[in-house]
Amino acid sequence: MEILLSQLFNGLSGGSILLLAALGLALTFGQMGVINMAHGEFIMAGAYTAYVVQGVLGDAGLSLLVSLPAAFVVGGLLGLALEALLLRRMYHRPLDTLLVTFGVSLVLQQLARDVFGTAGVDVAAPGWLSGPVEVLGFAFPKTRLFILAIAVAAVVVLSVLLAFTPLGRRIRATVQNRALAETSGISTRRTDRTTFFVGSGLAGVAGVALTLMGSISANLGTAYIVDAFLVVVVGGIGQIKGAVIAAFVLGVAQSWIEYSTTASIAKVVVLALIVVFLQVRPQGIFVVRTRSLA
Amino acid sequence: MNLKALLTGRWAVVGGFALAAVLLLVVAPALLSSFRLGLLGKYLCYAMVAVGIGLAWGRGGMLVLGQGVFFGLGAYIMAMHLKLADAPASTGVPDFMALISSDGVPVWWEPFRSGVVTVLAVVLVPSAVAVLLGLATFRRRVRGAYFAILSQALAAAFAILLVGNPRSTGGSTGLNNFKGFFGFSLRDPANRLMLYVIAVVALLAMVAVARQMMVSRYGELLVACRDAEERVRFLGYDPAVIKTVAYAVAAAMAGVAGALFVPIVGIVSPNDVGIVPSIGLLIGVAIGGRTTLLGPVLGAIAVAWAETSLSERFPSGWTYAQGLVFMLVVAFLPGGLASLRRRPPGAAQPSPVPTLSGSSR
Amino acid sequence: MGLLAGCGARVSDDAGSGVGGGTCVDTSGSTVKIGFLNSRSGTMAISENTVYNALKLAADQINSSGGVLGKQLTVLAEDGASEPTVFAEKAEKLIRADCVAAVFGGWTSSSRKAMLPVFESTNALLFYPVQYEGLESSKNIFYTGATTNQQIVPALDYLKEKGAKSLFLVGSDYVFPQTANKIIKAYAKANGIEVKGEEYAPLGHTDFSTIVSKVKAADADAVFNTLNGDSNVAFFKEYKNAGLTAEAMPVLSVSIAEEEVGGIGVGNIVGQPVAWNYYQTIDSPQNKKFVADFKAAYGPAKVTSDPMEAAYTSLYLWKGMVEKAKSFAVPDVQKAAGGVGFEAPEGTVTVNGDNHHIAKTALIGKIGPDGLIYTDWTSGKPIEPDPYLKSYPWAAGLSG
Repeated sequence: MEILLSQLFNGLSGGSILLLAALGLALTFGQMGVINMAHGEFIMAGAYTAYVVQGVLGDAGLSLLVSLPAAFVVGGLLGLALEALLLRRMYHRPLDTLLVTFGVSLVLQQLARDVFGTAGVDVAAPGWLSGPVEVLGFAFPKTRLFILAIAVAAVVVLSVLLAFTPLGRRIRATVQNRALAETSGISTRRTDRTTFFVGSGLAGVAGVALTLMGSISANLGTAYIVDAFLVVVVGGIGQIKGAVIAAFVLGVAQSWIEYSTTASIAKVVVLALIVVFLQVRPQGIFVVRTRSLA
Repeated sequence: MNLKALLTGRWAVVGGFALAAVLLLVVAPALLSSFRLGLLGKYLCYAMVAVGIGLAWGRGGMLVLGQGVFFGLGAYIMAMHLKLADAPASTGVPDFMALISSDGVPVWWEPFRSGVVTVLAVVLVPSAVAVLLGLATFRRRVRGAYFAILSQALAAAFAILLVGNPRSTGGSTGLNNFKGFFGFSLRDPANRLMLYVIAVVALLAMVAVARQMMVSRYGELLVACRDAEERVRFLGYDPAVIKTVAYAVAAAMAGVAGALFVPIVGIVSPNDVGIVPSIGLLIGVAIGGRTTLLGPVLGAIAVAWAETSLSERFPSGWTYAQGLVFMLVVAFLPGGLASLRRRPPGAAQPSPVPTLSGSSR
Repeated sequence: MGLLAGCGARVSDDAGSGVGGGTCVDTSGSTVKIGFLNSRSGTMAISENTVYNALKLAADQINSSGGVLGKQLTVLAEDGASEPTVFAEKAEKLIRADCVAAVFGGWTSSSRKAMLPVFESTNALLFYPVQYEGLESSKNIFYTGATTNQQIVPALDYLKEKGAKSLFLVGSDYVFPQTANKIIKAYAKANGIEVKGEEYAPLGHTDFSTIVSKVKAADADAVFNTLNGDSNVAFFKEYKNAGLTAEAMPVLSVSIAEEEVGGIGVGNIVGQPVAWNYYQTIDSPQNKKFVADFKAAYGPAKVTSDPMEAAYTSLYLWKGMVEKAKSFAVPDVQKAAGGVGFEAPEGTVTVNGDNHHIAKTALIGKIGPDGLIYTDWTSGKPIEPDPYLKSYPWAAGLSG
């Protein structure tokens, strides 16, 4: 029973990390069809932001709280630059965005190596996040609870943004029918830029969360990008709730399979399950119904 | 003379093949040291994969991000055969296996003791996997980005499986230290030259096959699927079958390339089949011109050559170069270098690449 | 098609002879070429750059003190790019196209195993500076890092001495951890130690929650850690977050040196034991000079580590062999190798002429709050290398 509970928690925790990595992708992929392989490097940039902030401020607790918004801005600005310089001219060929952004990701990785060195760096976790917290005789690591909380907060904020603000309305309109939205007077260009800023900013936040878990080095993003895309594919494009469900299901599946086999086998089995799942629902868990014919 | 005339004129084609054959079979061996010739042989293997990618991606609009899987299947099948052939007759267990475990040879290795089975499997196994995967995904109209991501995830899973089973696959080291190739010693320069010649012949044959497919009625259907899949369906064809054929042919080409890579290079490891090499194979195709016949071949050879010589001089420079080339070529010159020759300067360029209809939306 | 007419040799023709070999080393001038082959890009660049720096330092020192046999060394550096295939290709280039007298480098077992056939078929020399899983010896490779009886076996002796009755094994999923764990299990069986679990993570794995849960549930006396690279960071952070400590359940690591401690974060790993043959804190004149020279060349913030020291030592050992043989020719160097010694920063080391490993002292250290490692236990004297563990009765049957 205890194992069952602990693996459920590990799975939810793994899912929350996946979700943070995938949330921004779900947004940009869903709205613009852009397959941003450099999203992983925006995560890395967020992690290095936390490193730099801690180097400046010193205090682990304060710098963690400052890093979160700082990394959001850093990731967002990187996204804006990418959108303005390259992606803007490629919305009519979404597949090519994958290759272009793969090139961007190679360059950003090498840049990080040249700036921060090849050796991994460490961001110290604040004292109030070290060790586990005991609940009903079971120990939950505080860092993982913290990441879970960030993920939940990100989902809530994003959902509110989409559901109740003018920006959210514009984004939803663009996702559902770009041409009609444009005809109705929405500047899809501006909406696209804003979406890209928010989506990439979320990658930065994910990067800060990851500093609590593992090493910070130039190839940090590559470890998450494929899994994050799988979450988006399984979740279905255009809706946040699909990504949320997919991330947690994949996280829990991974950790349960891993418990009874090994981490390698778990990864392969999860992938096989995804292929089978797409046989049943090729468009993912949820699909936005649109009237566009394209 | 432009590329189109080169592609269509019958004599031009025959002449082109003869020229390529002379260059590769006579000039290159005369000029290059046996070490450099071996490297050229390796580039030719990449070029074989590129021919298939040109067919599936350039013509069929399927962004194949996992060709490393098929390359790896061919390579590992051949490597298993070579390891078994090298194994001491007394035990029949390859050296690396005897070192790490005492369980003997896994059952699924056994068929590859036979040379005939190996040669067949090198072609059939990759294409069978491609047919299964292709039918499964294309029938459900999984395409565009979804297909690209799935094929990429497949490459990741394949590499993980290889690394995770060192007892049967050599793990992250892969398989190497081959002594012979169907009985011929790999240490003898004459035999290495023979392997190179086999690679040249295989590449030329593949280019011929690809050309035949491109100019045939099938080729037109394939391009039609890329540009307007729904219309092809309305006309009564099954796009899933059309696309699967191209995918399977590309997979078979990658499998043969892998099988030749193993004796030429002397090693295959998971690093040669994962996500990064799979995408790396696309660079040459993109640069050379994905929709042309020869663009992918020349692009792949040029990129592999540039990688060797650039990384000899500037280790980190190559990564920048690779990234920038990807960014600039795909963003600003989607037809690749081949498209430069085709249009007069200043003229509007007809889009030779898949547009929105090739995506999932 | 006249090319196809001449058929080459069959496998049976070249029984054991070094066909296709014959190095092209040119020793006529005032310089001699050597090759460095390290990953300067890719995942292993983090570690292998440090080895490259140490090799470069040794080459510069040797050159400024008169070279080898009066000849200055010309270094040709190649990038292995963290890929076995590239290592094999670049090794062949260094030997056959550049005609170097010896090659220094490699880190992962994969890179070494990929290069081994190249060196054997061309009868060239490789100096390999990293501790590894043993069960190998080649007349074309000199292993200047520890083999298992100089690192893993002493580490087990240490844990046993400290009263560990049960172990949990955690490692990356590749040849070194799997072979190491095979040895550990044989040792444990013979010494009445219970192995409570054995877990492998894919290289580069970043989520250790499940593995740490298993470690915690098993509640062994100690953990034996053969994880490699970035995985160590994720593992130790998770370990600490789960409330496990060095006092309650020590984690003995064999792949974490001074260089890696910074990336893991000292706070996550302080007090944990590690097993090596060299630490920056060793108190000897040779080491003080090595550390001072290294910091002078690469900056005061740089640390020195075991593989760096082994690489540095390997170049001096090659110099000793060449000078003893009075020749750069590979067969002469091989013949002269046995008994060549060097007062290395780690202490006195001697080359074993039979298995081409070197005798070296085992040291178990503990990670201090300053990120450096301090010796906690020592084997006292150099241990003769025994890559096949022939002199250990419990290891019978391991080498097959």
